[in-house]
Amino acid sequence: MIALLAVIRRDVSLVLRRPSDAVSVILFFILAIVLFPLGIGPELNILARISAGTVWVVALLAVMLSLDRLFQVDADDGSLDQLLLVPLPLEAIVFAKIVAHWIVTGVPLIIAAPILSLLLNMDGKGFLVMVLAMTLATPTLSLIGAVGAALVVGTRRGSVLISLLVLPLLTPVLILGASAVDMVLTGLDATPLLMLLGALLLIAIVLCPWAAAAGLRLVQE
Amino acid sequence: MAICLVSFPIGLYLALVGSPPDYEQRETVRIMYIHVPAAWLALFSYTSMACACAIAVIWRHPLADVAARSIAPVGASFTFICLVTGALWGQPTWGTWWVWDARLTSVLILFFLFVGYIVLFDSFDDPTKGARAAGILAMVGIVFVPIIKFSVDLLELRTLHQGASVSKLSGPSIHSTMMWPLMAMTIAYTAYFVGVVLIRMRSTIIAARLRSHRVMLAQQVAQSPRNRE
Repeated sequence: MIALLAVIRRDVSLVLRRPSDAVSVILFFILAIVLFPLGIGPELNILARISAGTVWVVALLAVMLSLDRLFQVDADDGSLDQLLLVPLPLEAIVFAKIVAHWIVTGVPLIIAAPILSLLLNMDGKGFLVMVLAMTLATPTLSLIGAVGAALVVGTRRGSVLISLLVLPLLTPVLILGASAVDMVLTGLDATPLLMLLGALLLIAIVLCPWAAAAGLRLVQE
Repeated sequence: MAICLVSFPIGLYLALVGSPPDYEQRETVRIMYIHVPAAWLALFSYTSMACACAIAVIWRHPLADVAARSIAPVGASFTFICLVTGALWGQPTWGTWWVWDARLTSVLILFFLFVGYIVLFDSFDDPTKGARAAGILAMVGIVFVPIIKFSVDLLELRTLHQGASVSKLSGPSIHSTMMWPLMAMTIAYTAYFVGVVLIRMRSTIIAARLRSHRVMLAQQVAQSPRNRE
């Protein structure tokens, strides 16, 4: 347990020392959302209609961008081999790295999402559901993304490849999350969808560290 | 044996497309004979690819990697045929080329899973590593196959796509004059699938053998007495 906290602390402090990696993810999030009103036109009704979905899609893409940092940086300087030799189960170490990744990318996204949906003129009653759904979904995004990141560690052009592999697997999360916010905006109850998001998160917590660890082991042989 | 399996369906294709039973209303319904077996085969090929990957990862059978890599493009083609014929059929009957309901979306995702498998496999320099990595991806994606299978039944009231008429618990509800050509086309598609996958596997193994022969030959030339000076 202490060792897992040490892994989390290591990853977070590595990012804090060079914040440009994490900050660039948030900047991308902001910029990409700003592009939508510029492209679609400033009419507020249309922006309000698409606000939920747009914020979710851009959040997904922002998480995709940050994923190749998860294992590739460690693989480049050799610490991944050291982590593979630690007597702890590899699944636990992978889980700790995913938690650190979520702290650094997911939490800022959760905080920024309601603020940015103001830019897209989202109605106020959607904010709470947006934050709740994002809190449930961003760990799932990190978990499933980690499986993709583990599989492409040995290849060239890993970041583009991660997006191609992981985006199809993330579509249920996207559909559920965007629908949850849309349902609240139209006055219906979104609790079943939030429950489904929670279920996906629980399944991902169980299966994804195992799959990512298997990927790391098989590819690093 | 592979040649025999491939020629059998070619004959059947021509026989069936030439003479399905007559319809009172629309000739376009004949696209069903191409679209439905393609959909079935797409799901079947993804399942068999995931099984091959599981066998490769668990038991390290040497042919399992080759089999999975050979199935992937065939499965991708069947999925593509299913999507395109579905769109061509949907335009005159539903009035739209595409609609974002559960079944069409999940089949589209299946197509991307096939393509992702091929791309991941080929992006590794070492084919063994590529096989392992792509195998894990294929096994993770197996969750989509039940989603596709049951997506139409679960949401039948809210989607344009027709519900299940063949594999229902109460027996098929499709008329026998349409059932027989459909089954025959399915058998033809399956035979095509088996034949083509076997041919691809054979060619992959032969290519690997050629490579190792070439490497051995180069080594012999490099070590021959003439070159040692």
